[in-house]
Amino acid sequence: MKGKNVFILLLVLIAIAALTAVALLGVGNVPSTDSASSDDEPQFELMTDENGELVTDENGSAQIVPIATTEAATSAEGETSESESATETTTEERIGYGGYKNIKLGLDLKGGVYIVYGPEEGVTPSDDEMAAAISMLQQRVEYKGYYDAEVSQEGTNKIRVEIPGVEDAAAVVEEIGEAAHLTFRAMNDDGTPGEVLVDGTNVADADKAYQNNTVVVTLTFDEAGRQAFATATQNNIGKQIGIYMDDMLISAPTVNQAITDGNAVITGDFDAESAEDLAAKIRSGSLPFSLRALEYNAVGARLGADSLSTSVKAGAVGVILVLLFMLIVYRVPGLLADIALVGYTAINIIVLSLFGISLTLPGVAGIVLGIGMAVDANVIVFERIKEEIRAGKSVKTAIHNGFDRALSAILDGNITTLIACAVLLWLGTGPIKGFAQTLILSIVVSMFSALVVTRILLNLCVNIGIKSPKLYGGK
Amino acid sequence: MKIVKYRKIYMAISIVVILIGFAAMIFNSVKGNGAFNYDIQFTGGTSIQVDLGTEVTDDEVSRIVQDVTGEAPAQIQSLEGTSKIIKTKSLDMETRNAVQDALKEKYGIENDSFTIQDVSGTISAEMKKNSVISIALACICMLIYVSLRFKNFNIGASAVLALCHDALIVTGSYALFRIPFNNNYIAVVLTILGYSINATIVIFDRLRENRKIIGRNNFEALVDSSVTQTLTRSIFTSLTTFFTVAALYIWGVDSIKQFALPIAVGIVCGAYSSVFISGNLWYMMSTAEFKRKQAKLGKK
Repeated sequence: MKGKNVFILLLVLIAIAALTAVALLGVGNVPSTDSASSDDEPQFELMTDENGELVTDENGSAQIVPIATTEAATSAEGETSESESATETTTEERIGYGGYKNIKLGLDLKGGVYIVYGPEEGVTPSDDEMAAAISMLQQRVEYKGYYDAEVSQEGTNKIRVEIPGVEDAAAVVEEIGEAAHLTFRAMNDDGTPGEVLVDGTNVADADKAYQNNTVVVTLTFDEAGRQAFATATQNNIGKQIGIYMDDMLISAPTVNQAITDGNAVITGDFDAESAEDLAAKIRSGSLPFSLRALEYNAVGARLGADSLSTSVKAGAVGVILVLLFMLIVYRVPGLLADIALVGYTAINIIVLSLFGISLTLPGVAGIVLGIGMAVDANVIVFERIKEEIRAGKSVKTAIHNGFDRALSAILDGNITTLIACAVLLWLGTGPIKGFAQTLILSIVVSMFSALVVTRILLNLCVNIGIKSPKLYGGK
Repeated sequence: MKIVKYRKIYMAISIVVILIGFAAMIFNSVKGNGAFNYDIQFTGGTSIQVDLGTEVTDDEVSRIVQDVTGEAPAQIQSLEGTSKIIKTKSLDMETRNAVQDALKEKYGIENDSFTIQDVSGTISAEMKKNSVISIALACICMLIYVSLRFKNFNIGASAVLALCHDALIVTGSYALFRIPFNNNYIAVVLTILGYSINATIVIFDRLRENRKIIGRNNFEALVDSSVTQTLTRSIFTSLTTFFTVAALYIWGVDSIKQFALPIAVGIVCGAYSSVFISGNLWYMMSTAEFKRKQAKLGKK
């Protein structure tokens, strides 16, 4: 009987030790620190200068022609992937699971940029338009090589773009730019923009392609666009049509012939990069509504790292204080609660890491606060056990009654806290959401640790024969 | 412990503390600083936090920024070490970059030393609205849950009134200590509400149990004994939570400090309101209700 209990106790302890080991080391290969700290954004200075050139030497060289050959539609694979950082990202991917090193860090801890875009005042985009805009921005950041970037909807009409780990935040935002409204316009003789011929929203797609060994940009219009474009090209043969991003001319190809099937290519002095750039601009310009940056936040990587290390240190000190407190005040049950608390911290880390919850600065505070609150359930139970022992019950009965009587208080208390967290999760944004997620996680795990793990440990100890009331707070 | 007997004193202490908070708000507004130290998330504008690496006076930074923007920044704030926060009205991307470049050139620092934030008026207006809505919503949900679980509206109402007390004091501490009033405010207040109601529930849970022993209508004895029996727990849990928050305050970076300070205030006043206020509110509501019922019966 006793031997069996010792065995189970050992098993539980080994399980907690194993969890702790997983939390510390992770399962599988954890990338070595030097590869993790290497720069993740290899192709940075790609864009802006080329754009300028495109605008200046557009005269005469760029032309709009119908799609001639079938090969044009498919962009050549070789050249596209060669320039990008695809190989970089695969090595960057985290291979391990569950360890603290695998926890996804929020922008405030890692450094990076986030931008919140919204429509112009008075514009209410539909759900479809929002979805289109989000996928458009996603394409845009991915094209720029930010494969870690996340584009998500916030509230009903805002879009949050998060790009982690970039060193030069300002440059990134400049590159992504504010998505503008694209139009095809007639050009006056003096080069100023004339009437709008086709609206950018009528462009179904634009892509880089190869035609007769030269790089071109393909255009596909939707039905309304096809008609408008047919009329426009008929009326402008031999003339230039300006492609404008808001009021900025990005290209002015010459019309060679009327194009009536809704497919066209822009030829000109393109190389792979400038063609892809123009295609991306046209694609993003077919955004259903103009976006403007409402909120912009850039955290320097070094500051992020400082925040992380100091908060982890603060957290560790807090935990040690709590562990000591429990041990001194409650002796044997305190020691067991401490063991359960270590298990709680380990489970917390593992879950954070497995579920890919971003750890933000308020999130760290949430976890640390969670530890303070985690002992609460233990304290309630232990106080109850003490009372029962003082009322003359045996240690075993006292433990049983203690847990039973404390259960309703612990459940009700934690559920109300969860209600507050749910509200935060629902109405909060960005880092606050991260805080709510980590706090919810902490509450659920801490209830498990206090009500299940501590209880098993206590019962095992009593069965083994550690049952002097003195050790449990009795006199 | 005699909780009910001295209820007027306990309530008076609370009222004084709440009034101090209001006084701080009024004092600040009169001085022209705004009731709170609103962060740009609530006012809109640009905030540039930068570690300059060397000791520099605020005036010098202000001059550099003014050279670029043509306007003096609204505020320059020194943080620990060599960091500064520069707040201006909302700057466009170009101006932001120009300011950054000017500082980089002058002090030989890199981009990774900057944290830049720009918030438009639209967002800040929404934030203000959101913070009020979330706090109100959380309170209403808790009122419903607690009233249902304890099958007693007075318990729900007194628990939530105690929460409002906590929210007011925490808000007052923002004014008093000039804690930057930003997005974190919502998180802080809701955390405190969750924490404080936890403590209140433990007390009322005991009260629910004691009703069987002491009797339903012996309100004073019910409150006194329930609070006393759970007092050790109230103190211990506040202590452990306080330890962790204090550690965050002492060793954390600035943004963590701004988070930890009001939470620490909240933990203290949450514990106070649970022990000294919530039970007394319930006592007053229940005796009043009891008297009304008695009067009705008497008439019949």
